[in-house]
Amino acid sequence: MNLAPFAHPEVASRLLEEIRNALHHPWVIMETCGGQTHAILRLGLDQLLPRGIELVHGPGCPVCVTPSARIDAAIALAARPGVTLATFGDMMRVPGSTTTLFAARAAGGKVEMVYSALDALALARRSPGREIVFFAIGFETTAPGSALAVARARSERIRNFSLLTAHVLVPPAVRALLQSPGNRVQGYLAAGHACAILGWQPYEALAAEFQVPIVVTGFEAADLLRGIGRVVQMLEAGEARVENAYERVVRREGNLPAQAQLQSVFEVCDCEWRGIGVIPASGLRLRPEYAAWDAQVKFSGLIAEKAVPTECISGAILQGLKKPPDCPAFGGRCTPLRPLGAPMVSAEGACAAYFSYHRNPERA
Amino acid sequence: MCVAAPGKVLRLYETEGLQMGEVDFGGISKQVCLAHVPAVRAGDHVMVHAGFALEIIDAAEVEQFYALWRAVLDTRTGDRPRAEAGDDAL
Amino acid sequence: MNGETIQLGHGNGGRMMAGLISDLFRRHFANPFLNPLDDGALLPELEPGQRLSFSTDSFVVDPLFFPGGCIGELAVNGTVNDLCMCGSQPRWLSAGFIIEEGLPLEDLDRIAAAMAEAAARVGVQIVTGDTKVVEKGKADKLFINTSGIGVIAHGLTLGSRHLQPGDRLIISGTLGDHGIAILSRRQNLGFSTALLSDTAPLHELTALLLSECGEAVHALRDPTRGGLAATCHEFARGSSLEIRLEEKALPVRPDVAAACGLLGLDPLYIANEGKLVAAIAGEAAESAVAALRSHPLSRDAAVIGEVKKGEAGLVALHTSLGAWRLVDLPAGELLPRIC
Repeated sequence: MNLAPFAHPEVASRLLEEIRNALHHPWVIMETCGGQTHAILRLGLDQLLPRGIELVHGPGCPVCVTPSARIDAAIALAARPGVTLATFGDMMRVPGSTTTLFAARAAGGKVEMVYSALDALALARRSPGREIVFFAIGFETTAPGSALAVARARSERIRNFSLLTAHVLVPPAVRALLQSPGNRVQGYLAAGHACAILGWQPYEALAAEFQVPIVVTGFEAADLLRGIGRVVQMLEAGEARVENAYERVVRREGNLPAQAQLQSVFEVCDCEWRGIGVIPASGLRLRPEYAAWDAQVKFSGLIAEKAVPTECISGAILQGLKKPPDCPAFGGRCTPLRPLGAPMVSAEGACAAYFSYHRNPERA
Repeated sequence: MCVAAPGKVLRLYETEGLQMGEVDFGGISKQVCLAHVPAVRAGDHVMVHAGFALEIIDAAEVEQFYALWRAVLDTRTGDRPRAEAGDDAL
Repeated sequence: MNGETIQLGHGNGGRMMAGLISDLFRRHFANPFLNPLDDGALLPELEPGQRLSFSTDSFVVDPLFFPGGCIGELAVNGTVNDLCMCGSQPRWLSAGFIIEEGLPLEDLDRIAAAMAEAAARVGVQIVTGDTKVVEKGKADKLFINTSGIGVIAHGLTLGSRHLQPGDRLIISGTLGDHGIAILSRRQNLGFSTALLSDTAPLHELTALLLSECGEAVHALRDPTRGGLAATCHEFARGSSLEIRLEEKALPVRPDVAAACGLLGLDPLYIANEGKLVAAIAGEAAESAVAALRSHPLSRDAAVIGEVKKGEAGLVALHTSLGAWRLVDLPAGELLPRIC
């Protein structure tokens, strides 16, 4: 499929012009997905938008919000004899309480990078003498893959495979943001790929209850600009609805087979978001019948939760209350090479994106 | 979050009862799990994330967007775009 | 040789090692400097006015054999190219091998043959070497170090400290081919592709540039690990000037772009093994590109950026949409991502 039209400068120009023509008041808009943050900053869209639009970056970075205790558990498993920790590349550099999976691997721990949960399952099949634990992070976009992998493990009686689950759900996080007292955000870009799975139906109640426009938005330049344009139009008209600006991928009811897969394997639970705190009904855990494939059951006695005080203000960043340059440690004590917290490590964490793309915007 | 890429399903096959597909992403191809898009057929385009198809890409919606692209280029330059989007686009 | 593997004995100075050196290495690398198998090679006198350049590089690539080549070609081309980037003509290489016991002899033979072929292509000779064998687990199959001497016959001195405001940056071809070709073979990330590593010697390209542009060439670099981004940072730091890249001008193959889209990677940071970046005085840039485009290895040569007096060490990119953003230093290992 030819993506060039979605990134074409002329199309972007036209969409920017439409936004400028529609804009008569200043507005604060949040893109909820880290991938959207990354794309906006990589393309420089935030510089091209008219000054009246303030873009605030949201908590849609599953890497950033994985509790540090869960990362500590992954590190402990990697160091355990006979265990291989299979993980997406994203998690390798993220610090837990003290160290990273990268450092654990350098110290002799067994860590394998995979692209898919099925790769981890295949690893278990060809390594019958080893325990393979898959570090299952990501939003509802990624969770159906984990669900299918563990369902296959169960049906094929592959006993040396388990999930260390850290999946979280986007809509409850958006609700938490809407309820938060310091919230200045007036319109939202919903995460396009997460919505491909759950649909945009979960956002209808939020739009009505909190009277905010929410637009399902994709990741190419044209997708982002169309999404922002629709939010602006609704804000200017005083409308509060859910609209879909990622029509080629997202449907209102989402992907039903994927949802069924999720429901058969996982149940919803309260979950801690690193830097933010516990958000009710925002996480996924394996159902009791999957206990034998649940790493937290299989390897119980992993490091218990302990809060480590840190200078990192990730909570405020992830909720859009502060921007990375507001942090006193940003760029000095905290850099991608020596991160104090997750948003500086994750490729799509707001702090890493600002550091990479944005330290000194626009030079004459 | 959610790095995903659009690809064209070249062929379908099953591995131990699991629906898989060989998907082309513009010169590279990968084995992708199609279990969550049971209506998929060879020739469809799918959005792929972490080895799984999230959804079948709606060709009609894509064509609508290409129409916008062509319209923008027409008004700007007065010429048709070099490659007709409909031909090699999808 | 079928089924035979390298043993610890092959590295301990005795009969087995002598056999390995004469039957394998000397057979492939034969030349008058190497053949006596003395402790070192005696090199000829330089002509008046000639200077020497010297470079070293080690190669640890995995897998050893990848689409488009093997560690052998990389080892020769890599040091050859470093010497070319100094503006010199590569002449003599050393080759040091650290072999993990158990490596199939057939693999070593293939690799040595590839090195010989790569050397012959450039007209460079492998004149001295060393072999060590370590226990299983102490090295990942094979590590090769090559060091090289080149001869500079002209009076030019190249280097990032010679960059001037107003210089243009030229790249000789498409970004990221090598890194993506290697990645395509990794077990858990693999994908099918016709893409080959771009490993190639750059001696003809540098000779072309120097003869076409002479002292307008200020610096040459091959963007290997860390990709074009790393090279631009080296230029910016070494000159205390600002580098600005034009995103629209960066040549990237569609299949490389597709792989990057799938794995969440950026072509700016991906290794190249057969490309060069040149910093050339502004007025000579167009003719430099024309000269490069006449050569089969650099048909996609393009002007991709410029050097400005600005913030020292800064590398910025003009995005395809017309905004400016920074290009950061590469982080370290290339990590595919799904988030």
